[in-house]
Amino acid sequence: MKFTLNGAPRELDAHPLKRLLDVLREDCGLTGTKEGCGEGECGACTVLVDGEPVVSCLMPCAQAEGCDVITIEGLAGNHPLQLAMMREVGAQCGICTPGVILAARGLVEAARRPTLERVREALAGNLCRCTGYEAIHRAVLSAHAELHGPSAKSAAPVPAEEAGA
Amino acid sequence: MRTATAPFTLRRARTLDAALKILREEPGTVPLAGCTDVYVALEFGGTPGSRYLDLTRLSALKRITTSGEKLVIGALATYTELQKSRFVRARLPMLVEAARLVGGVQIQNMGTVGGNLANGSPAGDTLPVFAVADADVVLAGPDGERRVPFNAFYTGYRKSVRRPDELIVAVEVPPVIGKQWFRKVGTRAAQAISKVVFAGVRGLETRLALGSVAPTVVRLPNTEMVLNGGGSIDEALRALADEIQPIDDLRSTAAYRRGVAANLVRQFWSATA
Repeated sequence: MKFTLNGAPRELDAHPLKRLLDVLREDCGLTGTKEGCGEGECGACTVLVDGEPVVSCLMPCAQAEGCDVITIEGLAGNHPLQLAMMREVGAQCGICTPGVILAARGLVEAARRPTLERVREALAGNLCRCTGYEAIHRAVLSAHAELHGPSAKSAAPVPAEEAGA
Repeated sequence: MRTATAPFTLRRARTLDAALKILREEPGTVPLAGCTDVYVALEFGGTPGSRYLDLTRLSALKRITTSGEKLVIGALATYTELQKSRFVRARLPMLVEAARLVGGVQIQNMGTVGGNLANGSPAGDTLPVFAVADADVVLAGPDGERRVPFNAFYTGYRKSVRRPDELIVAVEVPPVIGKQWFRKVGTRAAQAISKVVFAGVRGLETRLALGSVAPTVVRLPNTEMVLNGGGSIDEALRALADEIQPIDDLRSTAAYRRGVAANLVRQFWSATA
C-alpha cells in the first residue's frame, strides 16, 4: 500500500485487513501510537488520517491507502501542545498522551480560542486514568494561547441545536 | 486482535455496480464502511465473515442532500458529516443530537449511518430518530433500488429485510412536523453504549420510539394513541409498560430500563409542551 506518513511518501506490503495501528507499530516501527483497549473505546491509538482523528485500532490499513497519516512522531517534539503538556503536567503514565495530543491538535492550531466545553468534547473519546483530565484541558488552552496569543478571539458559542439537552 | 485476519480477503469497490456484483458473486461477503462494529467483533474473537468488501471509495454514497421534500442521507455519511450538514441541522436536529452522542470524535469520524442501520443493534443511536421520522431505507440490489419503510426494516434481533446481495445506499426522511426531542441514557456522556435511547416528535401527531427496550428499536403505537387521543401522560405510561420488553444484560437491568423509559417519555412530554 502507498500512503503519506508524517509528510513522507511510504510504500509497504501489508495485508489489507491488518489494523492501521499494527502497520504503524510493526511495519513502520513507529511505536509512539499506543494500543489501549483495541476496541475503539479509549482513544490511545488515535492518529490523524487526512487531518481528522480516528482510532487506528478499528481501521483496516487498506482504508488509509493514498491518505495522509500523521502519528505522534510527525510532531517535532516541540509542538506548542507537547510543550504545554509538559508544563502543565498533562501526562503521568503517558499511554494516553500521543492520542490526546493528536485529538487536540486541531483545536490548538485553529485560530479561534476554544471554550473549555469544546476542549472536553474534542477529548471525550480519549480516556486518561491518571490525570483526572484537568491538567490536559489546561494544557490545550495554554498551548492555544502560546500559539495565537492570549487575546485570540474565542470560538463562537455552540449553537443551540448542538448544545444538547 | 483475537481473530487472525490474515486468512481473510478484502476487496475494494470503486463503483456501486462493482460492489453489488461482488456481493452477488461471492455470497457471505461482509460490507465494510467505518468498521466501528466489525473490527470490535474481530477484536473480541468473532468472525463476521471471511470475505470483506470495502465501500469507503463509493464517495457518491457520502452525500447528504435533498430531493423535493425529502432529506436524503447517503449510507456512507459519517456522524461528523451529519452534524455538519446544514440540511440535517435545519430539518432533523434530533439526528444531529444523536450523532453528537455516538462515541467520541474519532468514532464519529469513522462510523456511518448505513453501518448503524446494517449492524441493527437495538441500541443503535440513530435508529429511534429514523423510526419517529417515518424514514425509508433505500436498498440497492441486482434488480435495482427498492425502498423499505424504516419501521418495517427490522424483523427481529439484528435481523432485517436486507438481502445478502443488497446494500443500504441511503435513508430518505420526509419533512418532520413538530418539536423534535432526543435523549440517550448511558453510563457516561461519550463512548458509552445506550442503556435506553429515545426520540420523539410532538406535533399534530405525536410519535415516540425507544431503543434498548426490545429486540429491535420500537415505535410505541399504543402509547402514541393515548397521547394523540388526548389521554393523560399517566395513562400513556401505563400503555408504555405493556409495549416494551427490556432485558437484563451487561449494560443495565430490565427494571432500570423500564423506569428510565417511562421517565424519558414523561420528560419528552413536559419538555415539548
